[in-house]
Amino acid sequence: MTTSENQKDPEKNMQTPSVVSSLGSVAKTQSAPKSPGSQALGVGLEARGVHAWFGDRLVLEDMSLDFWSGTVTALIGPSGCGKSTFIRTLNRMHEFIPGAAMAGSVLLNGQDVYAPGTDVTKIRLKIGMVFQKPNPFPSMTISENVLAGLKLAQIKVENKDDLLQECLERAGLWNEVKDRLGAYGGSLSGGQQQRLCIARSLAVRPEVLLMDEPCSALDPGSTLKIEETISHLSSTMTIIIVTHNMQQAARVSDYTAFFLSDGGPGKMVEVGPTGEIFSRPKDKRTENYVTGRFG
Amino acid sequence: MSTATLMKPQKPWQASTQQRLISASVFLVAAAISYGVVAATPMKGKLAYVFVFFASLSVLDFFFHLVTRGISAAKDAVARTVVAFGICVAVLPIVSILATVFMRGYKGLHFGLFTHDMKLNSVSDPIAQGGLLHALIGSTILVLVALVISLPLGILTAVYMTEIRGRFMRPIKFLVQAMSGVPSIVAGLFILAAVVYPLTKSYSGFVGSLALSILMIPTIARTSEEVLLLIPNDLREAGVALGGTQWRTVAMVVVPAARSGLVTAMILGIARIAGETAPVLLLSGGGDQVNANPFSGPMGSLPFYIWKSYSVGTEESITRAWAAILVLLVIVLVLFISARLLSERRTNK
Repeated sequence: MTTSENQKDPEKNMQTPSVVSSLGSVAKTQSAPKSPGSQALGVGLEARGVHAWFGDRLVLEDMSLDFWSGTVTALIGPSGCGKSTFIRTLNRMHEFIPGAAMAGSVLLNGQDVYAPGTDVTKIRLKIGMVFQKPNPFPSMTISENVLAGLKLAQIKVENKDDLLQECLERAGLWNEVKDRLGAYGGSLSGGQQQRLCIARSLAVRPEVLLMDEPCSALDPGSTLKIEETISHLSSTMTIIIVTHNMQQAARVSDYTAFFLSDGGPGKMVEVGPTGEIFSRPKDKRTENYVTGRFG
Repeated sequence: MSTATLMKPQKPWQASTQQRLISASVFLVAAAISYGVVAATPMKGKLAYVFVFFASLSVLDFFFHLVTRGISAAKDAVARTVVAFGICVAVLPIVSILATVFMRGYKGLHFGLFTHDMKLNSVSDPIAQGGLLHALIGSTILVLVALVISLPLGILTAVYMTEIRGRFMRPIKFLVQAMSGVPSIVAGLFILAAVVYPLTKSYSGFVGSLALSILMIPTIARTSEEVLLLIPNDLREAGVALGGTQWRTVAMVVVPAARSGLVTAMILGIARIAGETAPVLLLSGGGDQVNANPFSGPMGSLPFYIWKSYSVGTEESITRAWAAILVLLVIVLVLFISARLLSERRTNK
């Protein structure tokens, strides 16, 4: 699958990256998982030879990975192996860290998000993000929080109430908050706050949703709710989830990628359909990790 | 009935009545010693009592706890006494100032203060004549104009230092810190040389506000900077990850989240300038009648009124000065409390 076949929005005149061709060979060597027929909506997001540095330290080496539309991909691996750094390169949040650098390219619908002249705010509109710690905006009410993205990105919508209800329903929070939409976001429990953050990401209608350990600060009940939310969402968008919880990866994801760092930069050891990664991993290190023998 | 219902709520971590009695008697003995020492030696005054009291209290406490509970309890007791002494040193002057202002000021208070100016009266006239109206209006306008100039500049400076973190962050940080130490008379002279002599050539409230702004901006900028630094980075990232530009994220997420702190910054800025006399004296003159136009003519102000009344030195004028000090203090206090309440109500909801 080449980048040109995949351009869904040719009218968005982003420049076709020149760097792709030089790294194309790298991309081909990494065999992408075959998408199940029912969900074959094409590759939504592709990482091509992504490297990341903090200062002089290389923390992520040669990451090439395809994320198929309508699927959930889980990134697993021990702490410090570059999972979070990797997903932050996907929506260009990596560059906020002082001293950060990267190489390679990230293709959204075939267009490089790092191409010169790209409007980075448009990229982040299409690639939403849910953070490890629930971070609703403290000065805003629940409904203001959900609609905050529209205000931030200056998007006009016809019917805000419908959008508000739709996003909260998709995030599985509507029934719990419908009577107190005017309460402050901080008045919710941790699990509700995280679902509020998911609803907030959905309001700008992203094509891809990045989730950086979204359940690590939550209790099992809230975790279950968020996992249900993920399965509901996955039919319409590409979801990439970083998790330390292997049962969670097994429960929610279609594909799993295992990252590992041997003291140096993090690398991808193996990627494949989740069932295979957990039952018949090709690499010994993956087997050790998923069976809990280390890490 | 289970045994649980028979249990009474207790607080075993608190001192028993016996221990309290012992502490109280140690306290009384120390007070007696301080009284005796001051009477027996040439030391004089209230401060001598305080010093001797704390010295004897720490010695007594130390030995008492050493005998009953050992060395670490004794050290603890001494540390406690030292801390209590520190609190007294810090709080006593404030209490003393408040008490003195109230005791001396209330005699000069009357309703006419808030309805009359000093156009027809001199400060030595009987207290019931004339009033503070011109000074109240003048001070309010001076502070408001200074606030309108300083608040946006101060907060934007803080935003530059915490959010934009541009190339000039360090020099600006240094300048802001240096500027917060500028003596007020220097700010006044600067405006006199830079604005009044070359341009306006006359007294006005506005030039006074300019000088006050020089004093106010660093206070607001430094406090706002500290407040903005406390806002977790998560919120900035969340805003940007939703497709907001940095500017809109700062304006819609970071600054609102810091609102109560920014209100504090504003209050501190006002408190910094409300009592400033020197620049006002140089630049706004000090009219004796109401002048609500900051752009022309001398403008009265409370600090100026206090200075003028006090310098005349008659009994009436000095009473007037104390009354004005009381009014100024109450205004600052009311401002402080109301702004606190306002910002807290918004964040607690």
